[in-house]
Amino acid sequence: MAKIILKGNEAIIRGAVLAGCRTYFGYPITPASEIAEAAAAYMPRVGGTFLQAESEVAAINMVYGAAAAGVRAMTASSGPGISLKMEGVSYLAGAELPCVIISVGRGGPGLGNIAPEQGDYHQVVWGGGHGSYRNIVLAPNSVQEMSDMTMLAFELADRYRNPVFVLTDGAIGQMMEPVEFPDESRVPPQKDWAIGVGPGPRKNLVSSIFLDADELEGSNKHLMEKYAQIEAEEIRFEEYQLDDAELVIVAYGIVSRVARSAIETLRPQGVKVGLLRPITLWPFPEKKLAEVAGRRHVQTFLDVEMNHGQMIKDVKLAVLGRKPVSFYGRMGGHIPTEVELVGEIQRQMEMATA
Amino acid sequence: MATEAAAKKQAGKTRGHIEIRVDECKGCGCCVIVCPKQVLELSKELNKMGYHPCTYKGEGCIACGFCFYACPEPGAITVYTKEAGE
Amino acid sequence: MKVKFAKPETFYDVYERKAGGDQTVTHYCPGCGHGNIHKMIAEAIADLGVQDRTVFVSPVGCSVFAYYYFDMGNIQAAHGRAPAVATGVKRSHPDSIVISYQGDGDLAAIGTAEVVHAANRGEKITVIFVNNAIYGMTGGQMAPTTLVGQRTTTTPYGRSPVNEGYPIRVAELINALQAPVYIERVALTDAKHTAQTRKAIRKALTYQVENKGFSLVEVLAACPTGWGVHPTQAREWIKEAMEPVFPLGCFRDRGAEIEAAPLEPRPFINEDLHEKLDVPSPGLAVEEVVPGTMDHLPEALRNPRIKVAGFGGQGVLMLGLGLATVGMKLGYHVSWLPSYGPEMRGGTANCSVRISTNMIGAPTVAESDLLVAFNRPSVEKFEPDLRAGGMLFYDSSLVDVAPQRGDIGIVAVPATKLADELGNTKAANMVMFGAIAEKTGLFKEDDVRSHLGDFIKKKKLIPLNEEAVAKGAQFVRDMA
Repeated sequence: MAKIILKGNEAIIRGAVLAGCRTYFGYPITPASEIAEAAAAYMPRVGGTFLQAESEVAAINMVYGAAAAGVRAMTASSGPGISLKMEGVSYLAGAELPCVIISVGRGGPGLGNIAPEQGDYHQVVWGGGHGSYRNIVLAPNSVQEMSDMTMLAFELADRYRNPVFVLTDGAIGQMMEPVEFPDESRVPPQKDWAIGVGPGPRKNLVSSIFLDADELEGSNKHLMEKYAQIEAEEIRFEEYQLDDAELVIVAYGIVSRVARSAIETLRPQGVKVGLLRPITLWPFPEKKLAEVAGRRHVQTFLDVEMNHGQMIKDVKLAVLGRKPVSFYGRMGGHIPTEVELVGEIQRQMEMATA
Repeated sequence: MATEAAAKKQAGKTRGHIEIRVDECKGCGCCVIVCPKQVLELSKELNKMGYHPCTYKGEGCIACGFCFYACPEPGAITVYTKEAGE
Repeated sequence: MKVKFAKPETFYDVYERKAGGDQTVTHYCPGCGHGNIHKMIAEAIADLGVQDRTVFVSPVGCSVFAYYYFDMGNIQAAHGRAPAVATGVKRSHPDSIVISYQGDGDLAAIGTAEVVHAANRGEKITVIFVNNAIYGMTGGQMAPTTLVGQRTTTTPYGRSPVNEGYPIRVAELINALQAPVYIERVALTDAKHTAQTRKAIRKALTYQVENKGFSLVEVLAACPTGWGVHPTQAREWIKEAMEPVFPLGCFRDRGAEIEAAPLEPRPFINEDLHEKLDVPSPGLAVEEVVPGTMDHLPEALRNPRIKVAGFGGQGVLMLGLGLATVGMKLGYHVSWLPSYGPEMRGGTANCSVRISTNMIGAPTVAESDLLVAFNRPSVEKFEPDLRAGGMLFYDSSLVDVAPQRGDIGIVAVPATKLADELGNTKAANMVMFGAIAEKTGLFKEDDVRSHLGDFIKKKKLIPLNEEAVAKGAQFVRDMA
């Protein structure tokens, strides 16, 4: 396939349509608006639905309705908008409805700013809404992956009947890179449990209410079993120059790209630094990290994020005290520069060998 | 053409019948007050939920259906019409 | 005997979803209005013959368990969100009949936005609004429709307009909108008004079957438990206390003006997707792209990290996109990252472009090899970040102070002036593109010109921009 140059946010909608999604509900917010704009442009062309909702809350509940109706549906937002959607996400998880939600991170807390940040990690990866549930979370780091992972997100959502987030940030959303799309497009699977038209769908119920304690606990246990299966089968990560690394950077999304550049700068100088990039933030590549932490050549970990260290607890839980884990982060819209990162790596290496 | 007297006579006749599922009735009495012929009343007996259920006095029903729509329970009241000769 | 009025077959015979207790009776209190309304909906759906296509969206409130009873597709929604959920269903299956069934707390408090906007969009759904002036399920708290002076568990001294405002009149509120087709307020009181309620519900659903648009039926209904009165007295209270505040009647009925239309499913279109998505189609002959090399460039300019900066409107982002696009076409790895965050304040724009023979790590450019500056603030801001041996291009028609660094190459191009000579100052960016190509040798002038169409959307602007590129390149040649 020929490549074209596209914004990350625009690639998402192309990927979504090729994945069989014809239904988008959203609300404008920088830096995610191009996703809604692309959906507004392309959904009508392919016989689909684009609807600008009155609120983020309404948008996610429209997704709930469409997902209950058995179609592939999606929404997208950023920081404050994702916060608002969390009520609906909890219901989607409870009712086991598949859908795709794109979170294009911006600066926070509060109104913060519109510059890139990875401030949605906590609410997307660990919770956000009420109750014991998990979202599958994919973290692309290029425009190509924005499309590829949106497509994958729809497959995973239907495979597990679970909400799937594509957790990205303003930089990847706004940047342009060459991207190629697959020749094949997908048709959504038939969903026997869905509501719709016909005598079969008539007997179906989509609900997250279980008044009886045993029933609700049973439903929760069912969810936990499903999550265990996801943890067993869907962990994805990428490693770079790990074979002899003394310092292991853990970074996802745009930061993993900067880390890669820093490693490229330092390796020729003989600095043994490598990268472990989680691609699924949940399920988190915990076993892989534990294995790396157990390697003799690994001296220390450096968690790098564009927030105050939202992923570091996951990293530490995996490393489990075997090796030190330090943190370098920028906030407010600053993407850590390669120069900064090179300096930080050198500092950490000195501390580790001191 | 029916005369006024004939109409009156007809009105007095039992044209319908009401069947009440006693154990689905919560004894709210809404059917009783809405019945134009006052052929319904609350029983002195208690049903299995502990309510005094509605009962049909046995005659005078004109099958208007007012009780059916006044009743909040989907299946507590069934109204029949009597066919010729019944 | 013939059955005249009986439980509609659109109810489940036995309520198997209702765990515990009697599965032949509802969970509603004696005299509760929900049961009557359920019966009227069930009857209308049965009579209209649309049971297999009806989707009942139940709210949060006492009717949260409506799915126990209705033998229809059932969805349980979050508090107040039923109209949004109904919208999602209806847009996915336009051939379904979707009922958003809501109480006063659900619809008129926490879900005000959802119902107003569903109505305003003219969603082809039916909203049944049960107004009983109280929160039943949570135990008798104040509703947005609670009457002034009415005692509830959260207005123990009676609702006071000073503290809680006045009851919301939903039918009137919705009637302020243009799209709805049918709005009526009815009451479950005496036989006549009960018949009117039945008729209104039936009409609203008929209009949906006829694909006519949004309907809302507000039903004043009793909550004897919440009000603390006997069911028969409750009917009187609706008449005496509620009706003066919530006048009954049809607020709008445009059903006759709108032609009935069949309910059609939304087709799944999967043909020619690539073409429709403006992406390369499958089977399209792909030009062989030979990986580009940079061996011909001086060391400092290989795999350049480029910063393009200037005022918004000078075509800064477009020039950056042009550099990346031509780079991609020539077989390099490229990335383009605009500043859209804090740096954008004050009307300046910049973008970071990377063109490389290797996979690109950071798309950000903190230290650049090539700086293209269209105004003085950009020179001042980014010149210090140029690496030694790098190159600075600036628009000398706008930047009045010459850059000073001695360890970089400095190229002054009067881009805006040259573009003005072509009749359009907006082409300054492409003049600069020509100059950069010619001076650095990164691209050939012809390559730039032949790929303009790959990043300039307005095709009629291409001849002008071709001239601009040529003019920039010529300027550099003349300078030599």
